[in-house]
Amino acid sequence: MSKRIDVHDLDIYYGKFKAVQGVEMTIEPRSVTALIGPSGCGKSTFLRSLNRMHEVIPGAYCEGEVMVDGVNLYGKNVDPVGVRRKIGMVFQRPNPFPTMSIAENVLAGVKLNNQRIKKSDADELVEKSLRGANLWNEVKDRLDKPGSGLSGGQQQRLCIARTIAVKPDVVLMDEPCSALDPISTLAIEDLIEELKADYTIVIVTHNMQQAARVSDKTGFFNITGIGKPGQLVEYDATEKIFNNPNEKATEDYISGRFG
Amino acid sequence: MSATDLKTDPAGPAGSTDSYSSIKQPTLSPAVRLGIFIGAVVVGFAVVLGLSSYNTLAVIIVAALVYMVVIYIASRIVEGQRHAVDRLVTGMVTTFFLLALVPLVSVAMTVISEGYKRIDGEFFTSSMRGVIGAGGGIMHALQGTLIITLITSLISIPIGIFAAIYLVEYGNGNRISRALTFFVDVMTGIPSIVAGLFAVALFASLTGDAGFQAGIVGSIALSVLMIPVVVRNTEEMLRLVPNELREASYALGVPKWLTISKVVLPTAIAGIATGVTLAIARVIGETAPLLITAGYIPGVNLNPFSGQMTTLPVFSYNQYMNRGIPPEAYVERAWSAALVLIVVVMILNVLARMISKYFAPKTGR
Repeated sequence: MSKRIDVHDLDIYYGKFKAVQGVEMTIEPRSVTALIGPSGCGKSTFLRSLNRMHEVIPGAYCEGEVMVDGVNLYGKNVDPVGVRRKIGMVFQRPNPFPTMSIAENVLAGVKLNNQRIKKSDADELVEKSLRGANLWNEVKDRLDKPGSGLSGGQQQRLCIARTIAVKPDVVLMDEPCSALDPISTLAIEDLIEELKADYTIVIVTHNMQQAARVSDKTGFFNITGIGKPGQLVEYDATEKIFNNPNEKATEDYISGRFG
Repeated sequence: MSATDLKTDPAGPAGSTDSYSSIKQPTLSPAVRLGIFIGAVVVGFAVVLGLSSYNTLAVIIVAALVYMVVIYIASRIVEGQRHAVDRLVTGMVTTFFLLALVPLVSVAMTVISEGYKRIDGEFFTSSMRGVIGAGGGIMHALQGTLIITLITSLISIPIGIFAAIYLVEYGNGNRISRALTFFVDVMTGIPSIVAGLFAVALFASLTGDAGFQAGIVGSIALSVLMIPVVVRNTEEMLRLVPNELREASYALGVPKWLTISKVVLPTAIAGIATGVTLAIARVIGETAPLLITAGYIPGVNLNPFSGQMTTLPVFSYNQYMNRGIPPEAYVERAWSAALVLIVVVMILNVLARMISKYFAPKTGR
């Protein structure tokens, strides 16, 4: 189910502005990879380029290779919609569909694509996905109520359930806990630990303790100055990055000397 | 520091207790204010009736002026400068609100008092065919209005909504979308008679008959007026849909057209439906373009593609302008038709509110 991602010489642009330059990275299957770095260094931009969500923004494009399972996501004849079905994404702010109930939100990936699904299969998928997101026990009695009535942390777990309901190979998370309280954050971190068994997970976070807690490998992004493109400064095992980084900039950032 | 210290020494030097007592101030009691208000109204009536005959507008103005002067002085003496200005401004704002209501209430009262006379069974079940003098009704005009408005809606709503979808979801500020926005803005401002002349000219060249009048011509003229309103409103509503919802949908591997039809439109549908209903209410009362496009006949015509078709506003105009004998019968019909039109527009407005409530995204646990 999970896949290896090979990023080779990836440049990411917003129109004429080069936001990220020359990323080389191999993301292992069934692992959690954390991306850290100061604001504006291109972590989220890089993350969005992994499932071609980057180009949703007018004028944005990429150059380079993102290989998944031997296929270049930016190659010819690759359908971005197909890519996004394989590589799911959870956003910074919980964004359940306001017109849909909790169950409909979980089934959104199926229903929105006009796929027919048997009632029994649908019920099973809802339960399985909500259990997978550690939300089932909290919402099982009100599946037909609107998703917007849940608390922030529950909404975010609903969004994770929605993402894993389409059975992706990779789950990208863009600061999934930044709008949540510590208890909800803990729930999501536990969930990431469980999801690791089945999915490749890439998570952007501003919380370095979180990166240290949940990830196997960590990538540190940085910019050399305003208006310059962001770069992947160092990418290694999380322990190495946090205890004995090779680069001075990484050490400075981790130890809180800047950023 | 002991507990007694805390009690006796809450905020430092001795003067501090005074500063807290100073936030308690004498106020003008509601009874006094009501007294000033009633007094002002009485003075208003007295002045106006003393100088000339009764006039609501004059009473409101005089009473308001007296009230504002007295309340300002009284408040200044009792409560101080700040409260006095507050009361003065409150009085001013309320007065202007009442003045804004005067024409509205006056129109409603006039139409109801003049129009109720012919609200009877015959008025709704008969046309004007063969009617000279009293009697007759608006059945043909009501049907004409409904048919023409229905066709107008069938033309304008899809065009307007799809144009707005193009502008918001596909345009991205390119040259076509900027041109479209510009022309929509221009079209919102064109006088309705121009729309009528355009429709007449269009059908004159299509049919070769310079005097061609039919319901469909009226519908085309009204569409020219309605489309820009629908585009503008739908555009605003679509822009209110958070981008995060679109991204959430894309991230689930949903193609763009399904994202628009199943996420964006359902989220915005309440606002769109309300706007469309109000746009219908706006064109249903148009007179000038229908006068020259659909014309007037006394009898029922249910075929929008052939023959003239009467609508309510044109009926009202026609009855008022071409009076027969006795003239009162014609004027009464004109007023009653106007009353029916107002009620129709009001029903549409209520409908718009109900639609927006029904479709609004549900919240709650």
